[in-house]
Amino acid sequence: MDAKILISVEQLYRYYGHHLAVEDISFELAQGEVLGFLGPNGAGKSTTMQMITGNLAPSAGRIRINGIDILDAPKRAKAEIGYLPEQPPVYRDLTVDEYLYYCAKLHRVSKDQRSQVIARAKDRCGLAAVSKRLIANLSKGFQQRVGIAQAILHSPAVVILDEPTVGLDPNQIRDIRALIRELGESHGIILSTHILPEVQATCTRVQIIHQGRLVFSESMQELERRLTSHVLLLETRQPLDDAKLENLPEIDNVERISETRARLHFAENNPADAVAACVAEQDWGLVELSLDRQTLEQVFVDLTCSDVPQTDRASS
Amino acid sequence: MILTIAIRELKNLFLSPLAWAIMAVLQLILAYLFLSQLDTYMLLQPRLAGIEGAPGVTDIVVAPLLQTTGFLLLLVAPAITMRVFSDEKRNRTLSLLLSAPVSMTDIVLGKFLGITFFLLLLLALLAAMPLALYAGTTLDAGKLLAGLLGLALLLAAIAAIGVFMSSLTEQPVVAAISTLGLLMLLWIIDWSGSNQEGMTDLLPYLSMKTHYESFLKGLFSTADVAYYLLLITTFLILTIRRLDQQRLTG
Repeated sequence: MDAKILISVEQLYRYYGHHLAVEDISFELAQGEVLGFLGPNGAGKSTTMQMITGNLAPSAGRIRINGIDILDAPKRAKAEIGYLPEQPPVYRDLTVDEYLYYCAKLHRVSKDQRSQVIARAKDRCGLAAVSKRLIANLSKGFQQRVGIAQAILHSPAVVILDEPTVGLDPNQIRDIRALIRELGESHGIILSTHILPEVQATCTRVQIIHQGRLVFSESMQELERRLTSHVLLLETRQPLDDAKLENLPEIDNVERISETRARLHFAENNPADAVAACVAEQDWGLVELSLDRQTLEQVFVDLTCSDVPQTDRASS
Repeated sequence: MILTIAIRELKNLFLSPLAWAIMAVLQLILAYLFLSQLDTYMLLQPRLAGIEGAPGVTDIVVAPLLQTTGFLLLLVAPAITMRVFSDEKRNRTLSLLLSAPVSMTDIVLGKFLGITFFLLLLLALLAAMPLALYAGTTLDAGKLLAGLLGLALLLAAIAAIGVFMSSLTEQPVVAAISTLGLLMLLWIIDWSGSNQEGMTDLLPYLSMKTHYESFLKGLFSTADVAYYLLLITTFLILTIRRLDQQRLTG
């Protein structure tokens, strides 16, 4: 059942002076997974990514890329990685072609494959039309795409993208998401973002980092299941009667919010039709009847607003 | 891999007008100097002809030319080396190199060689002037070669110091000023203490100028070569250490 483990991170710590930026993070990434890194600003997402790519040295912990320890054999480990930092590392004085050619050489793409590899990366990132232009003259979105092209150029086992869709227009975002999904089939991908729908659209697994700690890590399917609601929200004009509602076969219990509002918990089937019929029968006057859907956003807010008790963590 | 980085660095220099400007300005000034030295030699020549073992054209034209070139490049080279690492850090492009499968040594050596290639290109342009004298006279080839080798070593040392200074800061101008400061200090360090007892050996030994001058006299001594090689190695190692340490402290 296990796919090949591409990244394994064990008990990663990172201090900036006395400030603990990353605390005891451990996770694994398998082939074919797209891992979404979420977290508020300054949570330690970028720091973690920089450590995985060898741009920063961890204070403690172990990182293995495709089974190779990045501290023991940095050259071999880095050959397996494509990395797009927060700011695309593009040389503004070069043209797109010159830049990608240099990157291909840096990543030891053999001479006869170079032009082919560059053409494919440009094609995938939609850069063919601007290949002769100076990077300095390109818009932010195109620069970002050059950065992505650079990261996937040498078809690394792992692609790490730090906020890849920043500065792109909606069409480009869709293209890039499609590209990420496509890459995710054969590679392992880590991407960080603030944009929650993006995670739901592209990732197979979600991790939330808060104050340097991993507070949430679940596969997308589990998350979807958890987000599927088992609560109906009911509001009527007339005061409700709990007993009548609890008598309905599918409803487990009724949680009153106010005179006219209640949350109805149910287990299996959605009893909305029965509730509606009951409300009509009693002539309470239906105002609202809806699924109380929990969104990823709520999970995120619950976990990362420190003053809110971390109920989700306890229940998971 | 080192060569890939070096060639990119060299090409990068020519992408901005700075490299061209420096080459043009230096060549102009040095050509003027060369001509004026040549004039001096023409004036002195009748008198020198009578003297046994008198200084030849190499001593009167080439040596002062190379001496001045060395000093001028001391002032100009920081403008070339300042960008090497500070620009990369400021534009956040260093992570491209850091996440590529190359070692820190490769990166530093590549950058250093790129700068050195450029300075050697300047040297080649300059060497063309004394070599042109072969059309009308003969030169002391040994002295000329020793002088050029001395200048090449001096330039490499300047490049190493500049690369190190550039790795210290994100501000290119700060890198340039500190490079200039350190180079000047190493140039004039033998001025003081030359008439004091006890200090006489150390300070002149540290000075880049004394070692350079012995090359210009036509002296090829391992001590002088070793001095420059030590200087270059020290600053390159310091640069590698510095960049490695930055990965630890962020």
